[in-house]
Amino acid sequence: MSKTLVEKIWDAHVVKSEPGFPDILYIDTHLIHEVTSPQAFDGLRKRGLPVLRPQQTVATADHNVPTIDQLLPIKEELSRYQVDMLTKNCAEFGIELYGLGHPFQGIVHVIGPELGITLPGKTMVCGDSHTSTHGAFGAIAFGIGTSQVEQVFATQCLLLQKPKTMKIEVNGTLGKGVGAKDIILYIISKISAAGGTGYFIEYAGSAIEALSMEARMTICNMSIEMGARGGLIAPDQTTFDYIKGREFAPAGAEWDKALAKWKTLYSDADAKFDSVLTFEAEDIAPMITYGTNPGMGMGIKENIPSATSQPDKEQLSYQKALDYMGFDDDSSLIGKPVDYVFIGSCTNSRIEDLREVAKFVKNKQKAENVMVWIVPGSKQVEQQAKNEGLDKIFEQAGFQLREPGCSACLGMNEDKIPAGKYCVSTSNRNFEGRQGPNARTLLVSPLTAAAAAVTGRITDVRDMLVEA
Amino acid sequence: MKKFVRLTSAVVPLNIENIDTDQIIPARFLKATTREGFGENLFRDWRYNGDNTLKADFVLNNPAYSGKILVAGKNFGCGSSREHAAWAIQDAGFDAVISSFFADIFKGNALNNGLLPIQVSDEFLSAIFIAVGENHHAQLDVDLENQTVTIVDTGAQIYFEINAYKKSCLINGYDDIDFILNQKDLIEEFEKAQ
Repeated sequence: MSKTLVEKIWDAHVVKSEPGFPDILYIDTHLIHEVTSPQAFDGLRKRGLPVLRPQQTVATADHNVPTIDQLLPIKEELSRYQVDMLTKNCAEFGIELYGLGHPFQGIVHVIGPELGITLPGKTMVCGDSHTSTHGAFGAIAFGIGTSQVEQVFATQCLLLQKPKTMKIEVNGTLGKGVGAKDIILYIISKISAAGGTGYFIEYAGSAIEALSMEARMTICNMSIEMGARGGLIAPDQTTFDYIKGREFAPAGAEWDKALAKWKTLYSDADAKFDSVLTFEAEDIAPMITYGTNPGMGMGIKENIPSATSQPDKEQLSYQKALDYMGFDDDSSLIGKPVDYVFIGSCTNSRIEDLREVAKFVKNKQKAENVMVWIVPGSKQVEQQAKNEGLDKIFEQAGFQLREPGCSACLGMNEDKIPAGKYCVSTSNRNFEGRQGPNARTLLVSPLTAAAAAVTGRITDVRDMLVEA
Repeated sequence: MKKFVRLTSAVVPLNIENIDTDQIIPARFLKATTREGFGENLFRDWRYNGDNTLKADFVLNNPAYSGKILVAGKNFGCGSSREHAAWAIQDAGFDAVISSFFADIFKGNALNNGLLPIQVSDEFLSAIFIAVGENHHAQLDVDLENQTVTIVDTGAQIYFEINAYKKSCLINGYDDIDFILNQKDLIEEFEKAQ
């Protein structure tokens, strides 16, 4: 019987399937961090259980960590306690930890791929909704709650209903100044912040195939922003080339064996998806969000949709969102002053993102009214940026290059956007207060963020690329 | 796990759509390492002003409303996977949440903690908001065994879907770990076959 890629990977990991019950699904790799794991470790202690497969579990500290002076003890007491607790728990249960100071430390969804831990055909979970990122390699990867973290610790399995499948095809060639972030913000704006709920999404089509691995990660990362548990892309030569030679990737005879298996990972030509959507790359402009969920996005030169064009039941929520943002409907955002620019997060903090920004800002200066933070996704990304001299370009432009962590994406550490201020951000969520109480977030691509940093205003980066 | 069988209670109506987990419990309050105490920061930035005084116009601060059932607009619990959202709602005294649509991860987290997420039609959700608008003490009767919600004042009733396995977990108070651990031999067999 023909199968989708999701079904192939799922079926290969079913320990038991019984009518009327969820499947018992085997989990190959469990990533953990300091915020969603302590209660799960506590649960194990209460039950008197060990971590069943500690060697299939990898930990890092990312959500709470400062992005300045990381080697000093963390100032904020509760953050320090949570990070210390992770260290203690990992030692007690025999789990490898890439904590602060370790050369592999970084955002959990950045280090998995760069270390060759994320591989095609795997099942991977983490107590973090952006675990969908790893799907870029053709893996089933999704976020779980803390009770499920405890389940995976105790059993290396999860009880789950098989998800429905959706295929999203993007065909054609992207225009100048348009990238992976714009593709995914465009898709979410079309199908809404709930449009993918209940599905695993496979992204396909010529525009997706043409993307680099890091760009594919940006796409899969934001699957959760339309409610989808996960998103994935069939592995191809781009995938294999990226993985080869990485720290924990298979090597030698193991590589050949793995590669042969990975080459079978695609949806069969006549496989049935529960839903199929198709988009054209040419229709996508640089995107920006204007509201308080990631579905409230538009092409940067468009006007904010009018309140009256929204369904009756949604008008109240829609107006509430615009009031929070301080925007009027039917108006353009072009030229609007911004206060902060944040380039980072598990969506856009990889070396290609930093290179793209550096290339654009070389020999330019940030505008006086803007504070610009660049937070690399990992120690390895930070080091690579320095090796390539990107740090010098950022310094000359007046950008602050910080140390790795989740940072201002969710403001668990000191990196918060002040109340009422506008932050043009490469992160993934524009929820009320996400970047700090009453902070206002506008989600964009790294290139659009760089343009805002230089002009101090919301700018269509395509106009600046024409000049160059 | 906390059991859930039947509940008759007044409700707290929160007629807003796309309520994300950052609203339910903002990230800066996720630093605790136990499951308790998150209730005091439930809907923190909607409940409190910057100076920690209460916002009088927010429904949770309105003494006219009380009860163990939270009723909210569609796509409730979207965003982050933080189980702290379910813990905060439960810690604030709620045993059930009713909406016309739930985000996946939130729904799973709620079920894993004995907090019952009940998905009803848009029409029935509107009927609840209308009933509570007319009588702030209007009660709902939630019967998990029969999978029904009834607006006591009007007698209007709706059947809701719930996975049969999850239903039995809630009624009996056992969780997924108990279920899988009893079949640990299968996991080892699976690993050997790889």
